[in-house]
Amino acid sequence: MPRTDMMKEKGLTLVDAINEALYQEMERDERVVCLGEDVGLNGGVFRVTDGLQKRFGADRVVDTPLAESGIMGTAIGLAMGGMRPIPEIQFEGFLGPAYDQLTNHAARYRTRSRGAITVPMTVRVPVGGGIHAPELHSDSPESIYAHTPGLKVVMPCTPYDAKGLLLSAIRDPDPIVFFEPKRVYRSYREQIPEEEYTIPIGQAKVVSEGTDITVVSWGASVFECLAALDKLPEDVSAELIDLRTIYPIDQDTIIQSVLKTGRCVIVHEAPKTCGMGAELSAIIQEHCFLHLKAPVQRVAGFDTVMPYYKLELEYLPNAERIGEAIVQTLSY
Amino acid sequence: MPSRTVYSASVEYLQIMDEEGHVDAKLAKDTLSDEEILKLYQFMVDCRQLDEIAFKLQRSGRMGTYPQNKGQEAAAIGSGYAAKKGVDFLVPCYRENAALFLHGLPMHYILLHWMGDERGNQIPEGVNMTPLSIPIGTQMLHATGIAWAFKLKKEPRVAITYFGDGATSEGDFHEAMNFASTLQVPCVFFCQNNQWAISVPRDQQMNSATVAQKALAYDMPTIQVDGNDLLAVHKASKDAIERARQGGGPSFIEAVTYRLADHTTADDARRYRDTKEVDAWIGKDPMIRLRKYLERKNLWSDEKQKAAEEKAKVFVADVVKAAETIEKPLISDIFDYTYAEIPEELERQKRTMRTSSLGQDPTQAGLAAEPSTY
Repeated sequence: MPRTDMMKEKGLTLVDAINEALYQEMERDERVVCLGEDVGLNGGVFRVTDGLQKRFGADRVVDTPLAESGIMGTAIGLAMGGMRPIPEIQFEGFLGPAYDQLTNHAARYRTRSRGAITVPMTVRVPVGGGIHAPELHSDSPESIYAHTPGLKVVMPCTPYDAKGLLLSAIRDPDPIVFFEPKRVYRSYREQIPEEEYTIPIGQAKVVSEGTDITVVSWGASVFECLAALDKLPEDVSAELIDLRTIYPIDQDTIIQSVLKTGRCVIVHEAPKTCGMGAELSAIIQEHCFLHLKAPVQRVAGFDTVMPYYKLELEYLPNAERIGEAIVQTLSY
Repeated sequence: MPSRTVYSASVEYLQIMDEEGHVDAKLAKDTLSDEEILKLYQFMVDCRQLDEIAFKLQRSGRMGTYPQNKGQEAAAIGSGYAAKKGVDFLVPCYRENAALFLHGLPMHYILLHWMGDERGNQIPEGVNMTPLSIPIGTQMLHATGIAWAFKLKKEPRVAITYFGDGATSEGDFHEAMNFASTLQVPCVFFCQNNQWAISVPRDQQMNSATVAQKALAYDMPTIQVDGNDLLAVHKASKDAIERARQGGGPSFIEAVTYRLADHTTADDARRYRDTKEVDAWIGKDPMIRLRKYLERKNLWSDEKQKAAEEKAKVFVADVVKAAETIEKPLISDIFDYTYAEIPEELERQKRTMRTSSLGQDPTQAGLAAEPSTY
């Protein structure tokens, strides 16, 4: 939707930025269609698609039947038929029914047809915990999809990055899972350019430069890391990297940073075992082995089912746990 | 308030040519001309020959697993011929080769596919179809989406998707039917009910009297046809396709046929089905009735049959040669087609053909003084 006075004055939230990107791309490219549960008249359960149906009509912003596999599978067909579909899966926990279509079909069409058939689509999915939601509304399954050849996985956490990465994703020739950390949908405002701009997929961002330790995170946890960094002793110089794209991984930014600092803490909401932290940790030891001054540490969700919301803040990595890991790594 | 019927419906059955090749003249009026029937019969001879040779290629170790199409050719040809080549879009399963050939898929692509080569799926430009779909029942959603795109782009085109009786047990089948119906997209759902899903017979697959009636739940025009009757399949398909093209939405066709061969070359149907049942269906083979029909019209003879079979042998030998002379693909293909643009890590794996890092690159493991190139 066009910017409100509030946005002009105080900046855009993550929701506003994604909405603006969708709006602008739908204006620019008539092949773009949004489809999903409640995305039309209601504007999505998080209001991310608010106003789009009114502007672009019910043919391009479609309230589909309530069936995730159906949404994903027909979006694949729309993409093959020449459209640029943006299916929304309402919560990451509902990716389950669509898993087969996403991983066995969307991800594989290009390679199994040796390039004859491609699936350019952007699957938007609110992700992560921290909003007091019911069960299966708070998971962080990004490593599952990063482990699926043929998919790209993106998870921006700021309004600026979200807009630029979403525009890149929609224009990308391959299927992309675009995770939106719902905990920070409205918690942070930022002044961002109104005109369109893109941010390349596969580039991490150095949020703050430092020389003593590298902290790598993505999604809502980036804000927890910032809080942790604020509480560190003044003489500690920490470098914070927001991965932004989960796959393809920007190995270079991480390697360069760890070669400089020799220490690394990786922070994510997803369970520790086989989370992206494991992959990053392996990359670091492959490339920075002789430069490491301490073992790479992971501050992650526990290897349990995501608890109901009364316990979710104990489950999610917080500034205290992150800070502790940083201090211990520094004093190793 | 008295109880009342809020919905009722029935399913029509259509047969135009019976097992003896007798035709219902009235029903046959708007179907295929004798010239077309003759042409399609000869094509059927070619397809049957390819199917038999494919079986032999597997048995002699020259090809991997192959699912024979034998006995189901009328369903594939009748429907494929009703769709417009170069306009409409086929979304197949894997037992309707003939329909794909009619729409321009080079025959050796099918062999290449079953020889374990993805280039058999590299659908040529201008040929409108997806590659064979191996998992059951996932492709109907793609057809629905493709048809949806046609509708959005206001193109007078139709998607036709093929699947078996077993696939109608899958959730994706029902989601596709519901989406197609709710969105009123130009899609034809063509079920080849060949009575068996590997070893599970149709009556253990569902408790429905017909497969066709499943479409009633989605308020979709539906029909059951004799799937071994080329004319009936063609008429039902043409009606459904033209209805879709004119904005009439999706339709369902149940073609009652029979899988005369094993599920695949890796299967042995004698383990689970009675040979008496198979024998009874042999007489219903679509080729037998077409030949009887043509002979009765003096359009066919033993000599012509012999000549057609000879021609098919020569033709199929060339198809086999075309598939077998294609050299093994390059291993670099697996890297080059995963994404439009190869990610850095994948490029490194492609370049070194290794996933281990030591010795790959002096900058790895931090051994180089300057960490410059990755």
